[in-house]
Amino acid sequence: MFKCKTSAEVGGMGHSVKRKEDARFLHGKGNYVDDVKLPGQLTMVMVRSPYAYAKIKGINKEKALAIPGVLAVITGEDLAQYNLHWMPTLLSDTQMVLPTDTVMHQSQEVCAVIATDRYVAVDGAEAVEVDYEPMQAIVDPFKALDDDAPLLRPDKEGQEDNQIYHWERGDRSKTDEVIANADVVVKERIYLPRIHVASIETCGCVASYDKDTQKLLVYLTTQAPHAIRTVVALVAGHVGLSEEKIRIIAPDIGGGFGGKVPVYPAYVVAIAATFLIGKPVKWIEDRSENLVNGFARDYHMDCELAATKEGKIQAFKVSTLADHGYTDSSANPSKYPTGMFSICTGSYDYEHAFAELDAVYTNKAPGGVAYRCSFRVTEAVHAIERMVDKLAAKIEKDPALLRLENFIKKEQFPYASPLGWSYDSGDYEATLKKAMDMIGYNDYKKEQAEKRAQGKLMGIGICTFTEVVGAGPSKDFDILGIAMFDSAEIRVHPTGKALARFGTKSQGQGHETTYAQILAEELGIPYTDIEIDEGDTDTAPYGLGTYASRSTPTAGAAAAMAARKLKAKGKKIAAHLLEVSEDDIEWEVGKYFVKGAPEKSKTIQDVAFAAYTNIPPGMEPGFEATHYYDPPNLTFPNGAYICVVEVEQETGAIDVKRFVAIDDCGNIINPMIVEGQVHGGLTQGIAPAMYEGIEYDDEGNVLNGTLMDYLVPTAVESPHWETGHTITPSPHHPLGAKGVAESPTVGAPPAIANAIIDALAPLGIKHLDIPITPAKVWEAIQAHS
Amino acid sequence: MKHTITMTINGAPVTAEVDSRLLLVHFIRENLDLTGTHIGCDTSNCGACTILLDGKSIKSCTYLAVRADGAEITTIEGLAPEGTNHPLQQAFHDQHGLHCGFCTPGMILRSVDLLKNNPNPTEEEIRWGISGNLCRCTGYNNIVKSVQQAAKEMQNESESV
Repeated sequence: MFKCKTSAEVGGMGHSVKRKEDARFLHGKGNYVDDVKLPGQLTMVMVRSPYAYAKIKGINKEKALAIPGVLAVITGEDLAQYNLHWMPTLLSDTQMVLPTDTVMHQSQEVCAVIATDRYVAVDGAEAVEVDYEPMQAIVDPFKALDDDAPLLRPDKEGQEDNQIYHWERGDRSKTDEVIANADVVVKERIYLPRIHVASIETCGCVASYDKDTQKLLVYLTTQAPHAIRTVVALVAGHVGLSEEKIRIIAPDIGGGFGGKVPVYPAYVVAIAATFLIGKPVKWIEDRSENLVNGFARDYHMDCELAATKEGKIQAFKVSTLADHGYTDSSANPSKYPTGMFSICTGSYDYEHAFAELDAVYTNKAPGGVAYRCSFRVTEAVHAIERMVDKLAAKIEKDPALLRLENFIKKEQFPYASPLGWSYDSGDYEATLKKAMDMIGYNDYKKEQAEKRAQGKLMGIGICTFTEVVGAGPSKDFDILGIAMFDSAEIRVHPTGKALARFGTKSQGQGHETTYAQILAEELGIPYTDIEIDEGDTDTAPYGLGTYASRSTPTAGAAAAMAARKLKAKGKKIAAHLLEVSEDDIEWEVGKYFVKGAPEKSKTIQDVAFAAYTNIPPGMEPGFEATHYYDPPNLTFPNGAYICVVEVEQETGAIDVKRFVAIDDCGNIINPMIVEGQVHGGLTQGIAPAMYEGIEYDDEGNVLNGTLMDYLVPTAVESPHWETGHTITPSPHHPLGAKGVAESPTVGAPPAIANAIIDALAPLGIKHLDIPITPAKVWEAIQAHS
Repeated sequence: MKHTITMTINGAPVTAEVDSRLLLVHFIRENLDLTGTHIGCDTSNCGACTILLDGKSIKSCTYLAVRADGAEITTIEGLAPEGTNHPLQQAFHDQHGLHCGFCTPGMILRSVDLLKNNPNPTEEEIRWGISGNLCRCTGYNNIVKSVQQAAKEMQNESESV
């Protein structure tokens, strides 16, 4: 296990220090976007389409404009005058800011009403008259590829059908050959439906343009403020918004989970509105707008897993149809349109794999936004972990034993996966065994046998996942061409206290505490003496932001590297102060001392003071450092999760009795925060496994667009989580850390699905897609009895 | 139509002219600038807007400001004197019961009401007691522990009085 090098007072790595950011949140002093109030601020409300696919015959603004307090109604035609009616998505597709002639999904933005107050703006939105001519929407992605399907995106040059792209990785013919000759092959079509992150704070912005200084200030719910600044400059540079005049401030963020990475049309409309009107414009999304207008998943995966009759896995093949809605707004690295989906070969050692994917357009909201996972890893892990369980069922082998026999062994790292990743480290066997011990696996197997003999339905489900997080390296990973490094800038003041700024942005992860702990570890300055600042593009160094568990792997590493630059400079200063050669100076946490004479020492605070008051001749004054960290590889957090459920045959009710999660996220900065992240991720894992899924009718109407119908788990649905750790440090990360916050969202759904399906196995039920609701279980039981 | 309403907020009297349709949460946030009370759903599901009205927790996003005429209201800003923590605020800090902080004020005020009516709740009673308040970050384990710590602390306090 990790051994702390610093005292609790210094609070470096491994200490569960309490969070520095808590005080303001506990006293109602957080500053979220909707709390921003600028002088003369106006409110914007969007008019949205009731239809999934319709021609717009006309928009009548007059009644709205007649309402006292309504100042403007902005339409696509208005924006078209400035060529601002379309914008690029992060994956270089195109998305309407506001439509000029066609709406492509239900709840699409049609026009914006700007008014002096929230209530008047809503009155104005209701008074806008839009004349629609509805058309037959394409809702089923399989029908989108039919020969007679209407072409949804005739606006795109060269687009002849509704396919967005085809992607593939691996050796198709060899994989097919191995599957054709295998003793055992299991097959399944696995569907992961649309879901929504539903952070408790919705999205929003306050945009303020000053016509005199030509400066644009935008308070924005964004996980990536710098990237947004660059995107705004690229989209609106032609109307005079130049990047040095744009300031994006991401204030406190009320949960992100990927939903606050994209640029939503209303952000652009608010910027256009303040640009035209010259007053600050606030837009705050309501909950239904939030739930209906973004999504993750929507992958239909045809999987085949081949093995010997003894259960040695030989090959995996997956062919996916991805429903992206009317535009591909995936927030994926540009060379990876399917994200990290090729991690789908999992934690197992075999040679042959092939993955392909066809992405299609439908009349649904723009697709590809994440749900607390690193770029499509959840889909990949669900596919392999369901298939491994199906294989275990087919050959009647204990699914734990099957996994143990197929794991990549710890001495095989770095491990070259069949689809091209280099897994950095892990000890999968130890991790699974720890989970089995903690839950009492063998006892539960006995109990299950007894219960089955009594006709009761009890299931045990396992998931042993490998994640891939922390993009860069920049040679492979970029978003709209911007390399995915990240940054840290440290200023140590003369009195030995410090301010550090980062290109990332916390949304609840606790960066103000953990980054301070990293610096405390490296410099020996107590974490309480270090202020952390993020989210303001005018002050923070450039970075790509916080998502895909990348903050610790990238910005956390940048913090360590910048601190090491300071430490090197400090050594020269210490040598000067102690009047010895630099070679005679040694370091232990917080101080430099003379080799062999430890009583002769200078603390880091002494050295910081000297950096401003008594510098060696020829040295640049000051005690500051900046580092842009470009990781040599991704990190590969992993874990073993085990879930025990009981199912009531009469009603289909599912009771999660136990859930044990053992995570290996490398070295841990703050165990309390890591455990909290795991708890939260597990609840966001049970959510899609049992409760959440955005449902559509045949006309493309969303059937559950409020929190009354879209079931975010409460404290009652959320089990009492049990957690633990194994630690195999990342060999290439300066701190040996890997990133953690998304592992549980990735690992929990298959563990829960496997447990429920295992419970139902005696009835002959072999697969159910998530969310596995009591109704779905009840129907399956009826169909099998 | 305008109405004159008078109420006590965090111990201070407030009189204001408001529209019939003004929601209490907007009155608190926008007229009084007490932005610790949040809006998460507009449909009474998430509980981010929870406040105490005459000692009971209510969801202020579906409560008209005029209906609160004459009421005594406590928001998160008024739960403890400035610079101090209510036992629940302290417990949420100690037990890592918050991540992004957006649900926290509502979660704490709901828990104040819960502990008033049930000073020594079981884990299950806590889970049901806060089930009208959604948290997307914490997975609830540590919120439950926070409420347990505060319950213990508040019982000790009342016993020592």
